[in-house]
Amino acid sequence: MDTILKATSLNKSFGPIHALFDANLSINRGEVVALIGDNGAGKSTLIKILSGVFSPDSGSLQINGTAVNLRRYSVRKARSLGVETVYQERSLGEKQPLWRNVFVGRHLRNPLGFIRVKKEKEMTLAMLRNSIGLKGVGISADALVGTLSGGERQGLAISRAMHFNAGLTILDEPTTALAVGEVGRVLNFVRSIAEKGNSALFISHNLHHVHEVADRFVFVNRGTIVHQCTRAEMSVAALFDKLEQLSMAPLTPDEQR
Amino acid sequence: MNKDNMHALLSKYRFQCGILLLLLGLLGLFLYVSPQTFLHRRIYVAFMSTIPFPTLLALGLTLLIVAGELDLSFPSIMVISGLSFATVSQTTASPFLGLLAALVTGGLAGLINGVIVVLIGVPAIIATIGTQFFWRGASTLLADGLALNMTELRDTTFHHVMVGRLFDWIPMQTLWCLAVAVLFWFLLNRHIFGDDVRFIGDDINTARMMGIRTDGVRIGLFVLMGLVSALASVMVCLEMANWWPTQGEGYLLLVFAAIFLGGTSVFGGQGTISGTVIGSIIIGILEAGIISAGLSGYWTRLIHGLVIVISVSLYAMAFKSRRR
Ligand SMILES: Nc1ncnc2c1ncn2[C@@H]1O[C@H](COP(=O)(O)OP(=O)(O)O)[C@@H](O)[C@H]1O
Ligand SMILES: [Mg+2]
Repeated sequence: MDTILKATSLNKSFGPIHALFDANLSINRGEVVALIGDNGAGKSTLIKILSGVFSPDSGSLQINGTAVNLRRYSVRKARSLGVETVYQERSLGEKQPLWRNVFVGRHLRNPLGFIRVKKEKEMTLAMLRNSIGLKGVGISADALVGTLSGGERQGLAISRAMHFNAGLTILDEPTTALAVGEVGRVLNFVRSIAEKGNSALFISHNLHHVHEVADRFVFVNRGTIVHQCTRAEMSVAALFDKLEQLSMAPLTPDEQR
Repeated sequence: MNKDNMHALLSKYRFQCGILLLLLGLLGLFLYVSPQTFLHRRIYVAFMSTIPFPTLLALGLTLLIVAGELDLSFPSIMVISGLSFATVSQTTASPFLGLLAALVTGGLAGLINGVIVVLIGVPAIIATIGTQFFWRGASTLLADGLALNMTELRDTTFHHVMVGRLFDWIPMQTLWCLAVAVLFWFLLNRHIFGDDVRFIGDDINTARMMGIRTDGVRIGLFVLMGLVSALASVMVCLEMANWWPTQGEGYLLLVFAAIFLGGTSVFGGQGTISGTVIGSIIIGILEAGIISAGLSGYWTRLIHGLVIVISVSLYAMAFKSRRR
């Protein structure tokens, strides 16, 4: 099958914390993959490496069949290769207006670098109209992110990712602050990614959501990938059992500290 | 919808409106107290010849502060760049080459600040205290502590273009300063550089996650501050026909006062160019107003101090920025 992303033996430490240990992951075109694991398992660390925020201590990465140079890999590079990420937290500039947040790092601009503000505001408004979680009356492109609720922020971050329509969209716990109806729309969005032939990597603690949208489940535990299976192989109940079993597993002496 | 827009616009610019009213109020007060001074063009020409220098510095510093950085060394970058200007324009007899030398010196001094802060990781407040002493000391040493007379530049075209009097009354430095203000307004509000600056000041980790090259932008800001300091110094040298080892020393606090009075956030992420310009004008006219009102010059400091504390407190209350 056609692989869009393939990460091999990624390692990442933060000082004494070995956050990621020999992690391997591959994602096929048109596939939705879910990362499942406890808090602190290393899910966010893994996706931050894939999206160019962290550079791993070792390991390799292929996107669209081509090896990327991880020394030179960056958020910009990732975006240019079609990897778009909705981060778990702090991906919006609090004191900045919505339109700047939508286009930050990739503004529509003229050759001298001047931003096409009017066009961006129009596109932001259009985006707000059919966005998720931003139904507040009177939200304008000039509103500051700091005035939004948690759900609205999450909605904005997701809408931004939807707008850029990437080959691989990574969503790190995108539904935690959303109302029930809005969660359904996010899940629909994730499914629609696959229907268009693109791929998604989805992280959620809600195993019902995970089971609803993902084609394949990848279990992360203590910094490494411990188990994988397809939806056909596992029921929701089995997902719960597996996760519980993993979190009950005894710590290795190294981890007990 | 239209009414909403009006409302949003007003609340967005309420601080600019407030500070503009403050400026007009002060002018009205001075006119009332000492009409003999403030009804004459002479005082305004004097303002236009002195206020542009600290304003230029404040414009550069505004961008740094929006990015959450700081530069305390600009008075010393001025003096070392001014020394380059004086020396090169005297040895080559070309003030234009002198200007280039000053810009190179200021740019390099800014680059050094940037490298120390961004790449080595020393907080800007400490790094630039260090370089402030260094450049001041180096200039004094190199000049043997003596001033340099530059009267020979008085009648050059260069002098007329930089600090001459347009139509025999408008000081050219005012026009240059306005040009820089317009340029910086576009940079901060309409250019991707300014957008990066805002997000860096807002939260540098967010900026990184959004693909902004934070290191390059921050270093660039220090270099820009160096260039602005050099330009200000060249103009001061020309205006005074003199370079002296303590040049720029009085500017440090006034420049900060002007910026915060103008409404730029102490916490980074937000700033206003027009506020900085108006703030600089207020700080610049206070002293003349105080003296022509018959108060002694000793009052100036006290009133500057009051203005700063009160304005920043008002903003803090308005923005509810108290730490909790
Ligand atoms: N920037 C960082 N600095 C230091 N430690 C970090 C950093 N990011 C994550 N960690 C640590 O790495 C481990 C994995 O975290 P994370 O990837 O966020 O887990 P998850 O997203 O699965 O909950 C945790 O122990 C966390 O404390
Ligand atoms: Mg996480």
